[in-house]
Formats: sequence, structure tokens, C-alpha cells
Amino acid sequence: MTELKRIIKAGFINFKRGGSVSLAAVLQVVNTLVVIVAIILLQAVLYSSLSVIKDKVDVTIYFNVGAPEVQIMSLKESLLKLPEVENVSYVSAEQAIKLFRERHQSDYPTIAALDEIGENPLGATLNIKTKEISQYENIANFLKSDNVLGSGSPNIINHSNYYDNKLVIDRLNTIISGAQKLGFILTLYLIVSCMLITFNTIRLTIFIAREEIGVMRLVGASKMHVRGPFMVEGAIYGILSSIITSLFFWPITAWLGRNMTGFLGFNIYDYYVANFFQIFAIILISGILFGVISSFLAVRKYLNK
Amino acid sequence: MALDDVTFTIAAGEFVSIVGHSGAGKTTLTKMILAEDAPTDGTVFFESINVHKLKNKDLTKLRRRIGVVFQDFKLLSNKTAYENIAFAMEAVGKSDVEIVSDVPHVLELVDLSQRMRHFPHQLSGGEQQRLAIARAIINQPELIIADEPTGNLDPINTHEIVQILKKINDLGTTVILATHNRGVIDAIGKRVITMENGKVIRDTKNGK
Repeated sequence: MTELKRIIKAGFINFKRGGSVSLAAVLQVVNTLVVIVAIILLQAVLYSSLSVIKDKVDVTIYFNVGAPEVQIMSLKESLLKLPEVENVSYVSAEQAIKLFRERHQSDYPTIAALDEIGENPLGATLNIKTKEISQYENIANFLKSDNVLGSGSPNIINHSNYYDNKLVIDRLNTIISGAQKLGFILTLYLIVSCMLITFNTIRLTIFIAREEIGVMRLVGASKMHVRGPFMVEGAIYGILSSIITSLFFWPITAWLGRNMTGFLGFNIYDYYVANFFQIFAIILISGILFGVISSFLAVRKYLNK
Repeated sequence: MALDDVTFTIAAGEFVSIVGHSGAGKTTLTKMILAEDAPTDGTVFFESINVHKLKNKDLTKLRRRIGVVFQDFKLLSNKTAYENIAFAMEAVGKSDVEIVSDVPHVLELVDLSQRMRHFPHQLSGGEQQRLAIARAIINQPELIIADEPTGNLDPINTHEIVQILKKINDLGTTVILATHNRGVIDAIGKRVITMENGKVIRDTKNGK
């Protein structure tokens, strides 16, 4: 217990007396943690944008005029049973004509033509949303299958717009999976490079003390007695850096939230505040681990000399 | 070759000076006693222990029985005079009570009581060396190895350091002093091992 107390005290004193060297190490850990938080926020923006785009994609089935509602509802039930389907909404022929009229109320020739026909030329529709964009093809295949309406039933489906939307859907699919892969590679690269820079900065701070490490060993200090204070110092780098980083993002996200919510389609400040404790825990643990492990490895080099 | 065919024994309580020009092998010899350097051939015994066969943990224990003083002092630069000595006591597991009582006492012994809150760079060369000696003796080691302790000092400080080492030896601690300063050897008047090109060329009881 006394040993632990002495190690912690020595770590704090070394940090305080380290002056500009300690400051440089803290700033470098801050850089790494800033990259981590920026990646977390960017991913949140990316996923929010992707989900908005995904939400805009759907497939509509157009039924023949006069198709019995019972059969349509039975198809709706079958669709809802598919694991890929998230939601199916039914628009009756009456609702369809009403919506059409509302949409074209200022288009006099179209409304006049509709009045001329006299009866409702539009059929009912089913609007389908799947959980993933890639699953629309499965729905299209399902609709093409023979037993979709039950054997022997007349075909009530006029057409679906899947094939009209296919190109857009495929392109979106490629963009989304590409963005996710690129995001992962970029995240990995940034985190690994920052970790290496941080490790080497801490190694430099310990390199300065390499002779002292040798002297400590010569006066009979155990490995833990020599290494311990450096590890405590590393932990202090991590704790201070995570506090600085979390404070640093407060005004930045507030500004982005105030000025960029419309552009991003996402209030980054609300996200930061709502997830503050999780984000702080991530950077605190990362910061302490960076500091302690880097110190541990750097001191090891000089301990065995 | 830094050392070649060197064989001698030092009895407990002796004061032995190892003398020779720069490059004679004095520092290599002291490093081998501390197991900082290993011989390509041969053995170094501390009592009956072959120091180069010791594992890391046991080597730490052995070093706690030896106090070391270097020409360049090798003090911990970011610790005060008080803390430098306290560190050596902490290393051997002394309690806080012992540290608080013994450190001021040993600093008084080397006349540094007024400088205990100073960092090494705030002390003169002589003061730094006295501090290094205080650190070396604080745990009452059985052996003190002093490698050119007066190499960076003026004659007055050199005299002081020699007197302190003699006093330590008078109290029963074995002292090995490596030096190239003939004047220091003359002032001590005890056993002298003379080295040249890595070999022992003379071993005299009351060397001059």
C-alpha cells in the first residue's frame, strides 16, 4: 500500500516537474482523442444521412382498377410476414384519386380530363419499405412468383416501380457500402497513425529520463518502483487529455448544431450532449490506455539495461 | 580488451584504491562488480555470490548492499536533494518514519542541511558529490564503490570527499575507490591496486 502511494505521488510530482515535456505529451494525446471523437461524430452524421436517403427509397405496387380489396389486404399480410419488410402502407383507389387531385389542383387541363372520364382511372397501391436497400430485389422476386396471390387467383397487379427505381437503388447501394468501407479504412488509418505518434511522443519523454532509469536501478529500485511513476504519468496524460478533448468539442458541436443542422440534416450538438458520457468514457479509457501502455513499453527498453 | 587476466580479493572493511590512467580499465572493473557489464571470461564474487549468475530480482537485492558514487554524480535531476536520498530509502522499502528521521541526519553528515530543498542543478559540483555520497551511504551498505568521485572537483572539494570516504571506512564499510589522482591515493595511504592496459600491474598494502 505504501509502495502504491509512493508510486502515485511520484507520478504526480514527475508530471508537474516535467513542464513543457508533460504539456507536449498531453497535447499529443489530445490530438489522438480529437481524431477519435471526430470519427465518432462523423460516423453519426454519415449514418444519419444514409438513413435519411434510405428512407426516401421505396417500392410501390400498382393494382389493376377494380382489384378486390380483400386480395390486396391478403397480399399486404403476406408481405408483412417477410423478414426483409419493415413497413407496408395501403392506399385505396379513392385515396389515390384524392391525392392525385390535391397534387394537381393547379393543373386545370389534367383535372378537366379527369372530370371528363367520369370514373376513377386509378387503382389501389401498396407502398413497401424494406429494412435494407439491397432487399428490394427479393421483394420484386417475391411479387413475380406464381403463388404470391394464391393459386388460381386472377392477376390483380398492374405493375411495380421496382425496375424503374432499380438503377437508383443499385447506385445507392454501391455508394452506401463504399462509404461504409471507406469510413472503416479511414478510421483505422487515423487511429493507428495517431496511436503510433502518441506512443513515440511518450517514448521521447521517457528517452529523456533514460539515464535516470539506469541510476534508479543502480540504487536498488525494483522494476515496478522505476516503471510505476512513469505509468501513473501516462495515466495522467490520458485523464487530462480526455477532459481537454471533451471540453474542446463542447463549443464546436454547439456551433455546428446552431449553424449546420440544416445542411447536415442532423443536430450534432444534441447528439454530443445525449451521448456525452459514452463518448467521454471512450476517450477516457483510450487516453489512459494509450498513456499507460506507451509508458510501460517505453520504460521496458531501458529497464533491462 | 578492457580487462585482461585480473584477479584479486578484497576483505570486508578494507579501503582499496584502484589507480591507473584513463582507459586502464578501472571503470570497467567497477561496472563488473555491479554486474552492469559482464566479463567474456571469468567470475566476480560478492562474498560467495557470483554476481553475473544472479537473476534480475536478486541483482536488485545485491545492489541494495552496495553504495555507488560516480564521477558525474548520477543524481536524479528532477528530484530535490532530500528526495534523491529518500528515493534510495524507498527503493529498499524503508518506512516513511525512517525516511523522515534519517534523511536530514545524513544530509547534516555531508553538510547539506541547508540545501535539502535544492535540485541537483542548483548545487555546486562538490555539493552534488557530497549528495551522491549521502545517497550511497543512507542504507548502510556493506560496500561503497566510488568511481573517480573527485574527477570533476577542485582540490578543496576533493579533500572533503576523501575525508568523508575515510570516515565511512573507519565506521566499518568496505570502500573501493577508482581514481587516476595520485594525490588522493597519497592522502589515503591504504591498499592500492595499480592497473595498466586492463591488467593489474601492482598491488601494494600501503600504496603511495
